[in-house]
Amino acid sequence: MPWGGALLASILQNTLNALQWGSFYSLIALGYCLVYGVLLLINFAHGDVYMVGAYIAFFVATFLLASGGLPGWVVLAVTVPITMVLTAAVGVTLERVAYRPLRRKGAHRLYVVVTALMCGIILENGNLALLGAASRAFPELVTTTVFSLGDVKLTNLKVAVIVVAIGSFLILETIVSRTKIGMAMRALSYDRFALPLMGIPPDTVIVFTFVLGSSFAALAGLLFAMSYPVLDPYMGAMVGWKAFIAAVVGGIGEIRGAFAGGFLLGFVEIMVAAFLPSTFRDLIAFTILLFILWMKPTGLFGVARFQKI
Amino acid sequence: MKRYAWLIPVLLLALIGFGPPLAAAEDVIKIGFNIELTGDIPDVGEASKNAAEYLKNQINNAGGFDVGGKKYKLQFIYEDNEAKAESAVSAAQKLITQDEVLAIVGPQASKQAVPAGEAANNLETPMISPWSTNPNTTKDRPYVFRGCFLDPFQGPVVAKFVTEEFKAKKAAVLYDIASDYPKGLAEFFKAAFEQMHGAGSIVAFETFTTKDKDFSAQLTKIVASGAEILFVPQYYNEVPMIIKQAKQLGWTKPIMGADAWAGGDLMGLCGDDCKGHFFPAHYSNVGAKGETKQFIDNYTELYKKTPDDVAALTYDAIGVVLAAIKQAGLTGKVKKDRTAIMEAMGKLKDYPGITGTMTFKPDGDPIKCAVVVKINNEGKFEFYKSVCP
Repeated sequence: MPWGGALLASILQNTLNALQWGSFYSLIALGYCLVYGVLLLINFAHGDVYMVGAYIAFFVATFLLASGGLPGWVVLAVTVPITMVLTAAVGVTLERVAYRPLRRKGAHRLYVVVTALMCGIILENGNLALLGAASRAFPELVTTTVFSLGDVKLTNLKVAVIVVAIGSFLILETIVSRTKIGMAMRALSYDRFALPLMGIPPDTVIVFTFVLGSSFAALAGLLFAMSYPVLDPYMGAMVGWKAFIAAVVGGIGEIRGAFAGGFLLGFVEIMVAAFLPSTFRDLIAFTILLFILWMKPTGLFGVARFQKI
Repeated sequence: MKRYAWLIPVLLLALIGFGPPLAAAEDVIKIGFNIELTGDIPDVGEASKNAAEYLKNQINNAGGFDVGGKKYKLQFIYEDNEAKAESAVSAAQKLITQDEVLAIVGPQASKQAVPAGEAANNLETPMISPWSTNPNTTKDRPYVFRGCFLDPFQGPVVAKFVTEEFKAKKAAVLYDIASDYPKGLAEFFKAAFEQMHGAGSIVAFETFTTKDKDFSAQLTKIVASGAEILFVPQYYNEVPMIIKQAKQLGWTKPIMGADAWAGGDLMGLCGDDCKGHFFPAHYSNVGAKGETKQFIDNYTELYKKTPDDVAALTYDAIGVVLAAIKQAGLTGKVKKDRTAIMEAMGKLKDYPGITGTMTFKPDGDPIKCAVVVKINNEGKFEFYKSVCP
C-alpha cells in the first residue's frame, strides 16, 4: 500500500478512536457543566457518580441476564433506563445529604466544593469496602461486530457511543434552551435570590439539575463499561478529573463548551498517543489545554460574565 | 491473674519435660520450611505444606532417603512467617540455630524471601525459595537459591517460541512503561527478538501508562505495522481490555502474554476473547505428562485440590535440596554438611523436576525451561510446549 494511503487510513481510524474516547469525556463534562452552571458548584463527586453508574449498570445487567433468558439487546434496553434512574437517585441523594444542608446554612461555596471532593472519596472507598478491590467484567450484551471500510475498522459499539454522545448533547441543549424547567435553570443561574420571588422553588430546579447530570453520567458509565469491560472502584477518578478540565476548557457553564471540550481532549489524547510516544500524551494534551486557557481564560465558548449558563 | 503467675514457669517446665522427645539425630534429615501459613497469602503456605507432606510421606513410606548407602528418615519442620518480613527472619534464625536444620525451603514471596535470604546466608545455611522472582533474593548470597526462573527470562522464551511456532519475523509489543515488570519483559523480548531477526524486526514498540483504559491509538498503529504476533506482558486485569480492543481494530493474529496472565481471574474478566492465545508459565496443571501428571493426580486425590505453581515449585525445590544432599553426602556435623550441600546445589546439573529440567549456577538462579501455555477452548491454561532458552 502506498505510504499516503496508510497514513490517511491511520488518521481516519484514529479520528474514530478519538470520537469514541471523547464521547465519554463529553458525557461526563456535561454533568459538571450543568451543576456548575446552575449552582456555581464544582461537583467533584461527579466522576465517582459516573463510576457508580457503571457499577449499577453492571449489577442490573448481570441480574437481568441471570434471572430470565432475555436476549442481550432487551437486557440493554431495560438496563439503560434503570441505570439512569438509580444513578440519578444517587446524585440527588448526594445533593440532599451533602450539599443542600450546607447551602441552607449559607456556607461559602468553597466548603461545598470540599464536601463534593469528600463525597467522591466516600463513594470510591464505600465501593471498595462493599465490593472489594477485585475488578469486575461487564457482560457482553450485544455482540460486537467489526465492520471494515477499507483499512478503517468500525464496530457497532463505537458508532453507538458516538451517536449517544451527540444525541445527549442535543437533548440537553434543547432542555436548557427550549423548556420551562430549562428556563428556570437559567434563571437560577442568573439570580438565585430573585427566583423564589417569582414563585419558582429553587430546590426543585436544583434537584432536576442533579437528575440530568447524574443520569447522563450513568449513560457514560454504561457505555464505558460496554467498551472497556473491566470495572474497578477508581475508574471514575482520573476520567472525572479530565472531564472536568475539558469542561473548563470548553467554557464551564456552557453546554456547547463542555461537549466540544470533551471531544477536544479525547482528540488530542488519541492523536498524541498515535503519533508520539504515549508518555507524552498527558504532557502535550494538557499543555495544549493550558495554552487555550491562557489565550481565552473563559474557555472556548465561555463569555466573561459573573454568572452564566 | 497475678495469683496464677507461678503457673507459667511450672507449665513451661512441664512442656519441656513432657514434650515430644527429640528424634535421634543419627538417621534423620531435618529440613526447615519457612512458609506463609497465615497472613495475606495463606493459600501459598498451605500449598507449600501440602506438597512437602506429600513428598515426605512418599519417601518415608518407602523406607527413607538413601544417602551414601544409608537410609535416612525425612523430618520437616514448618515455621510460619505470617507473610511478614520480620517474622521470616526470625523463623529462619529459629530453624537454623534451634532446630539445626540442614537446609531451608521458602519463604515463597519475595517480600519474605529477600530478608530471610540475608539471615540464611549470614548463618551459612542453604536456603531455596521455590517461588520468589526478585533478583535480590539470591544476589551476592552464595547460600541462597531459587526454584523458578526470573522475570526477564520470559523475554527470550517468548521470542524463541514465536519464531519456532509462528515463523514470526515481525513482532509488535504493547506494554505499560510506568511499571517495572512489563517494562523489563518488553525490553528483554525486544533484545532477544532483534538478536534473532535483526534490528527493525520489532515493527511496533508501543507504550501506555498504568490505569489507561483506551489503547486504540497504539493498537491502530500495531495493526497497521504488519506485525505477525503481538506481545502483551501485562497483568491479568489489563489484558482483557487490550485483547478486546485489538480484536475490534481488526487484529486476528496470535497474542503472547507473560506469566502474570495467570495471576488472577483472567478468564472471568476476558471471556471468549482470550481463548487461543499463549503465555509462558512456571508450570501447567492441564495437559501435563509423565511425572508431572503423576504428581498432579496424586496431589489432587490427596488434597481434593489441583496443585498450583507454588505446590509444584515447592515439590521441586525439596527435590533439589535432597539431590544436593545425596551428592554431598552426610557427615553428621551440621555446619560442615550445610556448606557441602550449598556447594553441591550450585553445581547441580539437569535435575529432572516436574516444572522442568533445572541446572543451577553458583549464583543461585536455575537455568530451566518454561512451559508455554495455550488458553484452550474451555478457557483452561493447557500445556502447549516446553521452551528452553
